[in-house]
Amino acid sequence: MIAQVVSPERVLYKGDAEMVVCRTSDGEIAFLPGHVPFVGALGIAKVRILVPGPEEVAAAVHGGFVEVAHDRVTVLSDVAELADQVDVVRARTARDAAADRLRHDPENTEVAEALARAELRLEVAGAATSSAATY
Amino acid sequence: MAGGQERILKRRIASVQSTKKITRAMELIAASRIVKAQQAVQAAGPYSEHITEVVRDLGAAGGSVDSPLLAPRDEIRRVAHLVVTADRGLCGAYNSSVIRAAEGSLREQADLGRDYALVVVGRKAESYFRYRDFRLDAVFTGFTDRPTYEDARKIGREVTRGFLAGEYDMVELVYTRFLSAGSQEVVRRPLVPLEQEVVEGGDARPGAEGVGPTYEFEPSPAAILDSLLPRYVEARIYAALLNAAASEHAARQRAMKSATDNADDLIISLTRVMNRARQDAITTEIMEIVGGAEALRAGKDSDHDSADSHPRSSA
Repeated sequence: MIAQVVSPERVLYKGDAEMVVCRTSDGEIAFLPGHVPFVGALGIAKVRILVPGPEEVAAAVHGGFVEVAHDRVTVLSDVAELADQVDVVRARTARDAAADRLRHDPENTEVAEALARAELRLEVAGAATSSAATY
Repeated sequence: MAGGQERILKRRIASVQSTKKITRAMELIAASRIVKAQQAVQAAGPYSEHITEVVRDLGAAGGSVDSPLLAPRDEIRRVAHLVVTADRGLCGAYNSSVIRAAEGSLREQADLGRDYALVVVGRKAESYFRYRDFRLDAVFTGFTDRPTYEDARKIGREVTRGFLAGEYDMVELVYTRFLSAGSQEVVRRPLVPLEQEVVEGGDARPGAEGVGPTYEFEPSPAAILDSLLPRYVEARIYAALLNAAASEHAARQRAMKSATDNADDLIISLTRVMNRARQDAITTEIMEIVGGAEALRAGKDSDHDSADSHPRSSA
């Protein structure tokens, strides 16, 4: 099974995969080889690609779509980054700023989304650092 | 007097030479940017291909294809033009041919009795249409030589908003398509409402075996389509911006190359004129010297004669 993560600017990742885990608006879903054709809308969530071997590829996906057809899983997203591309310092400041603003203005959905995005980035990047530590 | 002309020519040659250095540098910069812009066009290909595929899959999955972005309006009163030009000039006919195509389309729509709306990208289109007192609905500048997806998203949002709000009933995209470094063409494409052909057909149509794969959707196809179509519009705009940027660099490279060649020609012909002027000056100088010497000699001879024949003093 081939998995790929595609952003408008380029193909972020393309390679063999044993399983792809995403979260659609209805909940988490995992694709194994031979999955029936599927199209889903993704939320702000982590996409995990389990490649052959002990590693896994994690990507922060901020909205987008997943298409499964012909034994190929394609994640399409306007904003997506792989774990090692996340700017941790920037994400951390963004999270703190968003959290701060949310405290004064808890109704603001835009800020809440920014917070969710920053937290997702940190989560994905955090996974990268912990897996690097096991080496 | 004659030496003065030579000095003026020398100064002109020096100025042409320094202009040539600038145009040559711009040519090289544009040439290197073409490659990068071309790569960006190619890198953006997979996303727009896949998003088109997903739109088709959805269309093939069932009759749920009734998003407002897909429905052509019965009565078209106002047509928006999304005109993509450059921020800077010095790129030959690049900007003017896009503007000419846009104006042609504006006139056609006016002949059909339709009102126009203008959404312009690039400072050149902005200043052109503003100067001629056109109404500009939205202006986007500052990124034409290096567009990002974020820029396309802003434009896409504005265009879909205007369309859905009923400010206009159709959107046409005018930009320059990049075919190769040697050829680009100005094209006019309908952007919104999306063409029905895009939606029909696709992977989910019955295959050779006669059984098409049945797709599962999460959430419903209609809900996916609603969030997918704006992305699709953005991807189309992004592709247009990238094509336009690559074309701009190609046009600039060509314009600067011919400017450099012209500077070379000018230097050659000016050098010739200068050499002739110098030769003239030298010839004149020699003539003057010879003439002067001759006159002096003649003067001396006649001086002798007159000294003998003209007793001025009491010598």
